[in-house]
Amino acid sequence: MEKVGIVGVGQTKYERKKEDTFAELVFEACTGALADAGVGIEDIDNVVTVSNDFWDGRTISSMAVMDAAGSWDKDISTVEGDGVFGAMYGMMRALSGSFDTTLVVAHVKGSEGNMNLITNAMFDPIFQRQLGIDATSSAALQARSYMEKTGATEEDFARVSVKNHGNGVNNPFAQIQKKISVDDVMKSRKISEPLKLFDCSPITDGAAAIVISNEKGMKRFKKDPVWILGAAHISDSYTLGYRDLTSSPALEAAVKKAYGMAGITDPLKELDVVELADVYSYMELLWYEGLGLAPKGKGADLIRSGATAMDGDLPVNPSGGLLCAHPVLVAGLARIIEATLQIRGEAGDRQVKGANKALAHGINGPCGQAHGVFVLGS
Amino acid sequence: MGKRVAVVGFGQTIGRSSRKDVNGVEIINEAVVAALADAELTIDDIDAIVIGNMDHFEGINYVDSWSVEGSGGVMKPIFKVTTGGTTGSSVAMCAYYHAASGMFDRVLAIGWEKNSESDTTGAIITAFDPFWERPNIGGAIAGLAVEASKYMSNYGVTERDGARVAVRERLHALNNPYAHLHQEWMKGMEVDQLVELLVTSEQNQVLAYPLRMSDMCPRTDGAAAVVFASEDVAEKIAPIPAWVVATANRHDYVYLGDLNWDVNETLRDASRKVFEKAGIKEPLKEIDVCELYMPYSYAGLKWMENIGFCGPGEGPKLLWDGTTDMDGELPVNPSGGVMSYNAIGATALIRVGEAAIQVMRKAGTRQVQKDVNYALSTGFGGCSWADVMLLGKNKPA
Amino acid sequence: MDVENIIYHGRIKVPYKWYVGETGSRFFIGLRDDKEIWGNRCPKCDRVYVPPVKTCWECFVPTEEWVQLKDTGTVESFTVTHYSEGVAPKDVPIIYGLIKIDGADGSFLHFIGDVEPGEVSAGMRVKAVFAEERTGSILDIKHFAPSNE
Repeated sequence: MEKVGIVGVGQTKYERKKEDTFAELVFEACTGALADAGVGIEDIDNVVTVSNDFWDGRTISSMAVMDAAGSWDKDISTVEGDGVFGAMYGMMRALSGSFDTTLVVAHVKGSEGNMNLITNAMFDPIFQRQLGIDATSSAALQARSYMEKTGATEEDFARVSVKNHGNGVNNPFAQIQKKISVDDVMKSRKISEPLKLFDCSPITDGAAAIVISNEKGMKRFKKDPVWILGAAHISDSYTLGYRDLTSSPALEAAVKKAYGMAGITDPLKELDVVELADVYSYMELLWYEGLGLAPKGKGADLIRSGATAMDGDLPVNPSGGLLCAHPVLVAGLARIIEATLQIRGEAGDRQVKGANKALAHGINGPCGQAHGVFVLGS
Repeated sequence: MGKRVAVVGFGQTIGRSSRKDVNGVEIINEAVVAALADAELTIDDIDAIVIGNMDHFEGINYVDSWSVEGSGGVMKPIFKVTTGGTTGSSVAMCAYYHAASGMFDRVLAIGWEKNSESDTTGAIITAFDPFWERPNIGGAIAGLAVEASKYMSNYGVTERDGARVAVRERLHALNNPYAHLHQEWMKGMEVDQLVELLVTSEQNQVLAYPLRMSDMCPRTDGAAAVVFASEDVAEKIAPIPAWVVATANRHDYVYLGDLNWDVNETLRDASRKVFEKAGIKEPLKEIDVCELYMPYSYAGLKWMENIGFCGPGEGPKLLWDGTTDMDGELPVNPSGGVMSYNAIGATALIRVGEAAIQVMRKAGTRQVQKDVNYALSTGFGGCSWADVMLLGKNKPA
Repeated sequence: MDVENIIYHGRIKVPYKWYVGETGSRFFIGLRDDKEIWGNRCPKCDRVYVPPVKTCWECFVPTEEWVQLKDTGTVESFTVTHYSEGVAPKDVPIIYGLIKIDGADGSFLHFIGDVEPGEVSAGMRVKAVFAEERTGSILDIKHFAPSNE
């Protein structure tokens, strides 16, 4: 892959309910990313927006933010899915020979819609939707399957939540900044068993943007880029029940490709920090395995060992992850931003010392059907 | 930097008012199977997939996830691109960029719609800002009627001019086995006679003046898929690949009220960009065939001007002179266009496919006879989103 | 100047009908008319799908062989859900299950009922309970209940 990197990042603070409109949030994120990159909108060659019609309550959701995204008289397209896929597309466009720089921006206002109905609409209307299944109840089924298969316990899931909430306290952008204990998680309100309140990510409003540039475009920017060393995306099957929910072959295939591009053979050793999609606490254990950080079935061992804590060998989700702020769609882009800040040494109180190589991860579809990963480095 | 990319395969389902025998996932599968057969490839040869669709038109959130079992996307890279009516062309452009980036060699672009299942107008209304425009919008037809009225008022264009465009589309569709609308009764009749019939018939209802039923596109159940391939493999797959010479798009408006009703500016600007990139100075002379995304008849006059095929107000002349007929200097919509087959999520992609097969000389009974060096395809959607793609016979320099 | 932030409440209600297609229709007619659960088999990989599919997405070939399945199965996973948006015709707490139906591969999503939430476990044997009034939909099965096997 030709050289391509991230030269600017911007994100709004993530909050339960923001007063701004989508366009205003997008504008805030974009101006933030441009300021960070030290350029004006005229240095952006094309734009990719990320949004979703159901979440925005608006068909052609891309139409609403075109001006805020600075796409006047520029080529623009829209990915509807997690921000990590928007970043993939933005990167492809910067490598295509048509553009040198791409601005990718994602937004969502979780507070304006009904998450349960919106994610219920994700399921097939003919065979599954009428059962009322949604993101949380389907995730609960996956969590139970994982427990049955691997022996992981609700306390193991709680450990993830405790770690990430503790990390979120150091992240000024996080919505939830509150230290909790395993006991707090175990006693929290049952949502869909075994998932309890603190096992689930919150409803969030926010936006985030990144500026991607190929090597030729780099001369417009003063800061050193964070290079994209490898990137890949893969989707598994869809209908709930067809595939084995206790493993993630799609994630394994994606990282195989991305690690291959980045020359990584031992991710646990070679990566310095990981930002993954912990939409629900148990998912972090599943993704440990998919990312090759833990052997199959042994995700719980990794969290118990402390290796993924801030003072461990490979801190996972120093930002607090999605458990502290889950702006849907923005999620994966925010993970890329966090990984970028880590490598730049700009992560403030959540900085992992000497971070040089990072992995950012995003998912799409029920129970982590599709995965996208970016390996970033200095 | 960047690979050259060509279209090497195209498949579509026959347009029908309603396909009750299949659900959405299954109709997508039909188009994919057809495209693979056309390119003589298997699903294993495909390196990545792009699909798109308007969620509220189908009542399905995360269409890329939902359709993966029919699109061949299981354990492949796939994501969704959606931009409204231009979804099909945006998906095509995305597949092009996948291959141009050097990261994927063979990429499948999929567009589809089961129009019979949805309330399209209801869904289109939700595209507009909930505070400022949604309460007043009358769906797509209203906006197009305003544009047509202004155009008629500016240049003295008449209902007969609009009807003449519709007649052309219908006659062209008779050559296209996939078209939804086959008005067989029009065969062998004189063009003038048909125009007269359309403007005087009482059954030809006026929907929103000046637009009659005959000026509008149908609602079709259909799906299409196009295979893009990088230069590393394109020539091994297709004897005459349709090379992507240049592509550009513009979307400069959020509010309907801001549009310039005299000129389709985004189409003008995107076309200009494409011609600039391709070194085209005289579009009418240099381009051999055009698949113009025309959701209604008057666009076939006004938008030809905005693209730059002729000057302002000259659209009708181009039409009545026969320039845009099959044996003219610039045949427009040999397929019969959107007015003959409108599965919204697929339509803009079908323009790309139809333009490609003209270059590839695989258009069968709707093949233009003359040499095709350049074929132009366009896409249109809300809010005046314009996609333009120029395909060519010769590998770009 | 302090401005009151107005909130505009709306709801998108766009009516749909989804064509089930021939394959799905056969499945639902089986539920509605005969209280039977049918799946189909891929000629290449032998996998039996329920709900049925027109094409095996692993092998990308049409699945034409229909297989009658039992109405019994084993619970592979379950969850007790303590909220509802009114979509499911069930009162809270709602029990969802992924049930491996005898004769099919993978598992089948549906409700588990006629049992206390605390009594449900993975590995439990269950049997389909059909609704009195069936219309040709997934709700023609009322739920899966503990079977006495």
